Amino acid sequence: MKAIVNVFLKNGVLDSQGKAVLHALSGHGFGTVSDVRVGKQIIIEMNESDETAAKEKVAHMCEELLANTVIEDYEIEIQA
Amino acid sequence: MKVGIVQFPGTNCEYDTQHAFAELGCETQILWHKEDTIASDTDLVVVPGGFSYGDYLRSGAIAKMSPIMKALKIYADNGGKVLGICNGFQVLAEIGLLPGALKRNEGLHFISRHHHLKVVNNENEFLRFCKTDQVLNIPIAHHDGNFYIDDAGLKELYANNQVLLKYTDSTGSIDNPNGSVDSIAGICNRAKNVFGLMPHPERAMESLLGSNDGRAMLEGFINA
Repeated sequence: MKAIVNVFLKNGVLDSQGKAVLHALSGHGFGTVSDVRVGKQIIIEMNESDETAAKEKVAHMCEELLANTVIEDYEIEIQA
Repeated sequence: MKVGIVQFPGTNCEYDTQHAFAELGCETQILWHKEDTIASDTDLVVVPGGFSYGDYLRSGAIAKMSPIMKALKIYADNGGKVLGICNGFQVLAEIGLLPGALKRNEGLHFISRHHHLKVVNNENEFLRFCKTDQVLNIPIAHHDGNFYIDDAGLKELYANNQVLLKYTDSTGSIDNPNGSVDSIAGICNRAKNVFGLMPHPERAMESLLGSNDGRAMLEGFINA
């Protein structure tokens, strides 16, 4: 089973990297870009057969290590 | 006075820190990250600067999972004194011994230069030999020094006198190099036994090398 974890800065926490990318895109003629957020994706291979159990474990991993919940939110997608 | 200095793979300020505390007459000991106890007669544990685990994932994130940090958490919860400098501050925030988090610098650059700091509060062991509003000249060297805390947390920091240092210019006016909330450079926990700052007092021990203002800061811990 595979877990895809996306980690992004929370809404309201300034994403300096996203802003820098936005300015770069706008400056290169991509004028329709209105916002950019930069995050990270963590792909985890697991020996799990139960999707709910896997998701629960990955959520625990996020709380313990993968995200800093003071400044970041995370989303988990489980793939069979 | 016994000072323990934590060492992770990637730590690079442990020997500067050791030298600084030895200069102040302390007995020092390097604590490898795989050790799982801290001797009970240790008077202060310093988590020094560097790039623990290459700053992978987030600065300080992987270091917080190490055996020595579990021991340090117990040591601090029992009232033991802890100082986190630069990467050490990031580690202490990651493990929750200090509130808030350290984000990427607002300008996205690594900043390495001397900077001025203003003492906001000296009613603690760390800054007891500094005066309130005193301006200190201390080197900074970080990529992720942008202190963040939400509004409620910030209010609480001020209410409990936990905001210790702010980035300023040489006259004491706010001069924020990295986007930190309220230009905050250093804080402590509510119980005032855990301290963290991004600047490097251990690199400001000799006026010949640019400043000895770090001496007055670190001396606060001696025989406190």
